Formats: sequence, C-alpha cells, structure tokens
Amino acid sequence: MDRITKRFKELKERGEGGLISFITAGDPSADATIKIADALVSGGVDFLELGLPFSDPMADGPTIQKGTERSLKAGMTPDIYFEVAKEIKGVPKICLTYYNIVLRRGFERFIKDCKRAGIDGLIVADLPIDEAAPLLERCRAENFHLIFLAAPTTSDERLRWILRESSAFLYLVSLLGVTGERERLSAYVSPLLRRIKALEQELEKAMSVAVGFGISKPEHVRSVIDAGADAAIVGSAFVRLIEDNVHDEEKMLRTVEEFARALKDAACGGVRRVT
Amino acid sequence: MTHKFGKFGGRFVPETLIPALEELEAGFKKYSKDSAFQEELNWLLRDYAGRPTPLYFARRLTERVGGAKIYLKREDLVHGGAHKLNNTLGQALLAKYMRKTRVIAETGAGQHGVATAMACAALGLKCEVYMGTEDVERQKLNVFRMRLLGASVIPVDTGSRTLKDAINEALRDWITNVETTYYLIGSVVGPHPYPTIVREFQRIIGKEAKQQILAKEGKLPDVIVACVGGGSNAMGIFYDFLDDDVRLVGVEAGGLGLETEKHGASLTAGEDGVLHGMLSKFLQDEHGQIRTTHSIAAGLDYPGVGPELSHLMEAGRVEVDVATDEEAIDAFQLLCECEGIVPALESAHAVHKAVKLARSMSNNEVIVVNLSGRGDKDVFVVADFMNVKL
Repeated sequence: MDRITKRFKELKERGEGGLISFITAGDPSADATIKIADALVSGGVDFLELGLPFSDPMADGPTIQKGTERSLKAGMTPDIYFEVAKEIKGVPKICLTYYNIVLRRGFERFIKDCKRAGIDGLIVADLPIDEAAPLLERCRAENFHLIFLAAPTTSDERLRWILRESSAFLYLVSLLGVTGERERLSAYVSPLLRRIKALEQELEKAMSVAVGFGISKPEHVRSVIDAGADAAIVGSAFVRLIEDNVHDEEKMLRTVEEFARALKDAACGGVRRVT
Repeated sequence: MTHKFGKFGGRFVPETLIPALEELEAGFKKYSKDSAFQEELNWLLRDYAGRPTPLYFARRLTERVGGAKIYLKREDLVHGGAHKLNNTLGQALLAKYMRKTRVIAETGAGQHGVATAMACAALGLKCEVYMGTEDVERQKLNVFRMRLLGASVIPVDTGSRTLKDAINEALRDWITNVETTYYLIGSVVGPHPYPTIVREFQRIIGKEAKQQILAKEGKLPDVIVACVGGGSNAMGIFYDFLDDDVRLVGVEAGGLGLETEKHGASLTAGEDGVLHGMLSKFLQDEHGQIRTTHSIAAGLDYPGVGPELSHLMEAGRVEVDVATDEEAIDAFQLLCECEGIVPALESAHAVHKAVKLARSMSNNEVIVVNLSGRGDKDVFVVADFMNVKL
C-alpha cells in the first residue's frame, strides 16, 4: 500500500481528521523549503502537498502567486524540486503543479522522478478529467496516483466520472474561486460532501475526500471534518506565514509549526464523518 | 462542435470552469442559429460597425512594388479601428442573450478592451477589463478611451504584467464569478469553445473578401496574408478559403530577430504546451515556464497562438513567416506614403510579407492582405522608433 492510502487508513482507524499542508518548493529558497517541511511535520501535518511552481498559476490567488514568483526568482526548476522533495521525510508527499510542467518533462520521466523523490501522487490544477486520459494511463501503468479535483459547479454526472477515475483521494474545491484565505468557510462544503457520499454509495466506491481552497483557520478545519471530510487542505495561510517572516527564518519555522499544530488539533477534535 | 483541431485545442482549465464552458457552448450553438440573434448581430455589424468593409486595390503600392496585384481588406475601417469589434459585438450579444449581466475581458495593447467596451456600451452591459500594469503605462490613451466608454480598467500587477497575466487574472475572476459573468476573450485562443466562437464571429472578413475578389478579379486570390498574434484576424480571413487553392500565409512578430528571443513568433519558434486552457504552440523555456515576448506591435506580443492555427501549420495548410520590428516599420511607412493609409503595426507585419511575395510574383497574380487595424494608436511608438520627438 502506498503512503497516502496508508495514512488515510491510519487516520480512519484512529478516528482523526487529516491535515494536508501546501507550500511551494523553493519559497523562499530550496534549503528553507526542507526546514519548513520539517516544521510542518513536527507540527503534525499528515500529508505535504509540495508545489512545483509554474509561471502562470491560473488557479491560485495572490498569496500563492507571490510564493510562486519568489520561488522562480530564487531559481527553482523541476530538477531542483525533485532534489528538495527527496530530502523531505516523515510524511506522504504529493506534487502539485500545472499541466505544462508535466507535459514538458514528459509523463514517464515526470512520474519516475516523482517516485524517486518519494512522491506518491500528483495533482494538476488545470487538468480536468476530460483531458486527463493520456496522463492517467501513464500514471496507472506506473502505479502512481493522479488526484482529481471536484468543485461546487461539478454536476453529478461529472462527479460520477471523477469518482470512478479517482485514486488516493478526491480534492474538493470548497468554493467558487481561486486559492487564498477567507474569513468564513464556504457554504458549498456540506451539500457537496453529501452529494459525494451519496454517489460513493451508488458507485460502491469509498473514496477519501480532502477539502481545500479558503481553509485558513482551525475552525474551518474543524468544520470541514465535522461535515464529513477526511482531511482539510491548508495552503495560502502557510504561504502567508512564510511571506510575513521571510527575513526571519527562525520565527518563520516556529510560527509554521505552531500553526500546523493548531490546525491538526482542530482536525483531531472533530467528530468522525457522518455516514 | 469539435473540441480539438488535430491534437491542439481542448479545455485545460480548473474543474470549476468546465460547466461554464459547457453553458457557453450550448448558448453559442443555440443562438448562432437563432434568427432574432442573427438579425440583431447583422444589424449591429452593418449600421454600428460599418460592414462590409471595402476590399481596396492598392494600385500605387502595386505599382511601386512591381509584381502581383495587392488588395487590402480594410478592417481598419471597422468602427474602433480594427477587426476586434466583429468578435466583441458577437460575443457581447451572446452574453446578453445568455442573460449574463457582467462582461469581463483581457487586453494587451487595449484594442480588444476598447472594442469590448464599445460593444458593451452599445448593448447596455457592465464591462470590466483586465490589463497588465506594464501595458496600462504604455497604452494610457486606450485606458482612457475604455473609461470614457464606461468600462472599468483593472490593472494586473503580477507575473510579467502584460497580456498573458491579464488573461490569467480574467480567468481567476471568471472562476470566482462564473455564475453571473461572461468572459469575452479577444482572440482565437483559450479553452474550447472560445477558439471556435471567435473564429466564427471573425469569419465575416473572409466571407466578404471572397465575394469581393470574385467580383473584382473574377477569380480567387493566389495568396492571402495576415499577421498572427493570437490569430483572430488570420483565422477570420483564412477560414472561408481553407478548401480553396489559395496560399494562406501568417506573419508573426520577429521582434528584434528570432535569434534574440525577443520576439513573439510562437508558431515559428514555439513548442507544444498548455496555457490559458489550450494545447498549442508556446514560447517557453526547457522546463515549461512561459517566456516573456517582445514585439513593437503590442497586439502580437503574446507567447502563444490559437490552436487551430497550430494545427493548420502542422498540417501544411498555412505557411508561417516572421517580420521584424524594423521590417514592420518600413512597411508601415511604405503604406503611409503610397496609399495614404496608416496601418496598425500589427497589420504592417502582413504588409511587409505581401510586398516581399508580390515582387516574386507576376502581375496577373493577386494577393489579399488583411489590413486588420489602423495605426493611429501606433504613431507614438513609430515616432520613438524613428527618434522623432513629438
């Protein structure tokens, strides 16, 4: 069993909500990323989504865009990315990027590099299920997870399709919009989770579900777990802590770890999913 | 409707947008066959935009060059000064029929932004235009024109702060406000169905040109030349000639020369990639990061190109060449002097190539150039290039 699936299983057995943290590799530097990831692991995150930056991050809000710019300016490339990823230990790792980066490197080479770096899954922000067949085929041949996203606008018909093709977990976009911190949790989350539950039963396929976009506070994490999600995904809030403390690494690492702990505590305090 | 042109095209967008693209496709299919829609669009094109535009025999230019007869399809005479309005009227009307109350658009030089603002004003729609801060600075006049026309201009201060970043930001807006908002793309780019929709609204250029040249010459032209940025004026004039025995030539921005990387020649020098929702040819580095581009013609300053053009080039149906900044300026001056027509610098790229071709052809052969826009907007840039202080 791969590390992502295994971790979800453990979480379920322990009755814990999971926490997925996102950071962009190379923001603000390759070395710092390894330390930030260690801080996240110490803080108790269950999974690490490690962003491989693309010059034109269409699905990201201003906070992650700026992180992307910092990383690219500091010289991040896919080669360096895989080196950095390899150094990060103690947590299942997922690569998050945009399609052109994968396309450019070649599917086979990209997947092999991921696996060599200990990455178990891939999320491609601008690759909907409709266009995914060529990459999906390659991933399956390599026993590697391609993780899909579903959104509040996704129809039941598309959700069925996405659920059928999904592995590892389903990434649920909580709102209409791009990534970024929000004051309140989107009202779309609960109804969307209920729809997914019903479709999982219909398809007789149980799928772990992680909710992301706009999840930036412990109470948001608690709410999505209470609503029946298996994990919450927090990105921009971490990237902002990095940005705010870009000239004080010690403080950056401390605040990142503390924030991760607060989020994970909230995830654990949650009631297990309603069925 | 076909999602792909050969292997190019598709819709590589975040899941959130897929239903909106499906809604758009359904709306376009429905209303492009709706007689009330067609009637209103034809009325707008005739009485508001000033169509049909003339096909003008450039006799003094032909004489000066010596060789094939050169005709100019006068899209510079469309209201607003460029072919852009053909598309914005079509799409803004579509937005209205689809009951969307808010229109957003991206713009580089500001021509598409101005054409969108005009169409929205004429149809009573709220209009917001995204524009890179670099372009806002370079194109102050168009920014003011858009505001006069009732549009809001939203500066984009991310990435290279130019057209590609304005598109990113417009897409982000659309993802957020997808239920009420119509995204009016300005060229034959973006996710399916945009490349098809924009081409269909621009096809009128080729349809008219075909009738006009048959009336004037009693035969089809030997060559049609158009400049290519995103490719809307090229697809617009090429499309109705695809099945004919006519050479179709696209001219890209050679900028300071292909060897400098300061150009916008995505068909000539780009490689397969995915950006802005489409698989097409893009200028990119070895890792897949999109390059910044350069052209003296702001409308050609884009690292990608429409997927249908990528396909037509690979299929060998469309030939592609480049004209440098300097060559475009020379052609600009030549057309000013010979014909009293001030072409857009974008269109001047096509004029350059037409002149080059005409010289090698005989005087019973015919070239049609899509003169996609007028160059009033460019006089400051040209003066600057010529070291003239205004």
